[in-house]
Amino acid sequence: MAARVVHHKRHGAATRVVAPDAPPRLPMRGKALSDVEFQKTVPTVWWEPQLEYRWDAGAAISRFLTGLKEGKIYGVRCRQCGRTVTPPRAFCELDFKPMDEWVELADTGTINTFSICYITWDMKPLRKPQIPAVVEIDGTVPRVGFLHLIGGVSGTSIAAVRRQVQVGMPVRAVWKPRDRRQGAITDIISFEPLKAKRRRT
Amino acid sequence: MVGAGMSLFVRRALETGKELSYYAAAQALESAGVKRKDIEAVIMATAPDAFDGVHMKGDWLLDGAGGVRKPYMRAYVGGGSGVFSIISGWTLVASGLFDLVLVVGEEKMSSCQPHPQGAFITIFDHIIERPLGPNLLWIFSLEQNRYMSTYGIRNDDIALVSVKNKRNALAHPAAQVAASVTVKEVLASEVVAWPVHRLMVSPVSDGAAAIVLASEQVARRLTDKPVWVQGVGWSLDTSYWGNRDLAYPRYVEKAARMAYEMAGVTEPQKEIHVAEPYDPFAYKELHHLEGLLLSEKGKAPEDLAQGRFERSGPLPSCPSGGLMGVGNPIAAAGVMKLCELFWQLRKEAGARQVPGNPERGVAQAWGDLMQIGTVAVLGTH
Amino acid sequence: MAHRPEAARTWYGTMPVQFRYTPGAAGLRFFQTLKQKGILAATRCEECHRTYLPPRLYCEECFADLDGTWVEVPPRGRVHTFTLVHVDRDGRRLREPEIAAFVRIDGTDGGLVTRLVNLRPADVRIEMQVEAVLLPPRRRRATLDDIVGFAPPGALPARRRRQKI
Repeated sequence: MAARVVHHKRHGAATRVVAPDAPPRLPMRGKALSDVEFQKTVPTVWWEPQLEYRWDAGAAISRFLTGLKEGKIYGVRCRQCGRTVTPPRAFCELDFKPMDEWVELADTGTINTFSICYITWDMKPLRKPQIPAVVEIDGTVPRVGFLHLIGGVSGTSIAAVRRQVQVGMPVRAVWKPRDRRQGAITDIISFEPLKAKRRRT
Repeated sequence: MVGAGMSLFVRRALETGKELSYYAAAQALESAGVKRKDIEAVIMATAPDAFDGVHMKGDWLLDGAGGVRKPYMRAYVGGGSGVFSIISGWTLVASGLFDLVLVVGEEKMSSCQPHPQGAFITIFDHIIERPLGPNLLWIFSLEQNRYMSTYGIRNDDIALVSVKNKRNALAHPAAQVAASVTVKEVLASEVVAWPVHRLMVSPVSDGAAAIVLASEQVARRLTDKPVWVQGVGWSLDTSYWGNRDLAYPRYVEKAARMAYEMAGVTEPQKEIHVAEPYDPFAYKELHHLEGLLLSEKGKAPEDLAQGRFERSGPLPSCPSGGLMGVGNPIAAAGVMKLCELFWQLRKEAGARQVPGNPERGVAQAWGDLMQIGTVAVLGTH
Repeated sequence: MAHRPEAARTWYGTMPVQFRYTPGAAGLRFFQTLKQKGILAATRCEECHRTYLPPRLYCEECFADLDGTWVEVPPRGRVHTFTLVHVDRDGRRLREPEIAAFVRIDGTDGGLVTRLVNLRPADVRIEMQVEAVLLPPRRRRATLDDIVGFAPPGALPARRRRQKI
């Protein structure tokens, strides 16, 4: 049972009006524009706002970034709930009190989840996929982590990547050389799967 | 609820957000048999200003939403706004402050170029996430993979959601992306961010939807089939999404429990007869059905495969066609789900009508920094 | 948590958005009328005795659909208020100050934000009569820029000089 579609001519632009076969039995209105109409033939106004920001990192993330520059991943601990978490924050959001200590965590962890992404944010194709992941950092309690990228993977197909990357897999941070670190999340280039130890037979 | 209405959902509308709001609001008023002058307050649910490209867009939409010179409030919790709309409207009526409230949801995403992702991208932490060059899709694909890995779910199971909802939407007059597709076609569609395929993603849309809420006395005067708001609930989880269990939407469960308790629902799987969970991505409907306690953890895909959630099944889910079939003008999509339950519970959904005698339904939305659950339980009693 | 505050750090970035705004169903007719006829289209609510300019698809008061009640008026009216603008949006000094004004359009209940041209700031009076100076028809693009500005009647130059927009 299809809805009844009626085309009305309104001042040069046809308005599509669809009357449903069920209550409210009132026309549902809206004029869909084609790509060409939207970009060219219908008069539109184009604006490119200059939206530039300078975000304060805050006390906690500033220290986290300093740690990254030193080649360290920091977390923070709340003695009340007993959590050790990263990314660091100045206060425990559960107990609503300042965090008690800074903790140097390992730069290893496990993959909580990952994806294989073939397009950019503005929908352009990527030949070599990005492999984002949530990496649980060793030393956190309970195990928590943050977003980063998986590296050290060869091949570009889904099958190839999935052979090398799995949920639960241990990984290690690969750092930029000390003199190239800036105090940024990208001081870690990526996390790579830990190679299995060689067995001596 | 005593009235409902909506505009068409389209990829890019000629109409401004105000005009889309007007289409929905005017239709809701007409279906309720009331005029703008009878409305005592207006709620406008609309998500980021950056989509429409109008600063303070909630206030800008005012006249199209019937709010001129009335108490007017914006409900804004990202994607959760569509159901937060009725929660906000309900509080205005249940508090005794107003007897007749108009609730409108609107979104015009086409204005944002080259793609609304440009606005969405700021959902990532500017300092420790954006430098990695993220794509909004990552949030969903990472969550879907965790969900699949935790419970051993296959992508075929998830593709069934696209099939069901796009097919259900064929009977929805406002639908933007209704289609007849198979699991095979869904899995053959381009992988955008594995495990997400293109046909598992809801579209960018323009549209509006609206409902009218009335206090008990007024509702009974206006209609002999009011749909009652029996319970509302909402909850937000930590915005540190790497610190959250991505396999299960705990925040939806919290919100659902709050709403179920208010509604006196103790066995949701039996007492909920029709569901409209939020489905911006195919896997999310399953994720949310579990959070709504309508399936056991990890079992929603199996339940779906067995036909439980078909329109003709024991617990129809997204009989409207959902976001995957009707479209996703963010806040309006949630209100569309409320409209659907309104029509379903009054047995007025025409070709989309679920069989039997549905007396209670649940609508749910999700969003913000991907950590809010908003839930409303609606019923005939 | 006792620790020495780190050197304050800030992070630079942008929000990479651009916008394309559609004129709307009512707006489309307004701009097409401006382009094709050089006059202003408005919508009228008979119930509320209101003529909307810029035109609206609906009456904001009684919520009636106004799509069937269009009227057209000449582009003239009175200066409701004005101001002299000395700096641009980025705070840079303008070579010559611009006169920004809100002009109420005769025969309607609305008006347009615009600039006043062909007169000196000292000559501006609230309530003075002005009319639109339009681009030549073939240069109009159905946008608000088709109106160069508003000027006192008779203040139009005898030969059209190129207006810097």
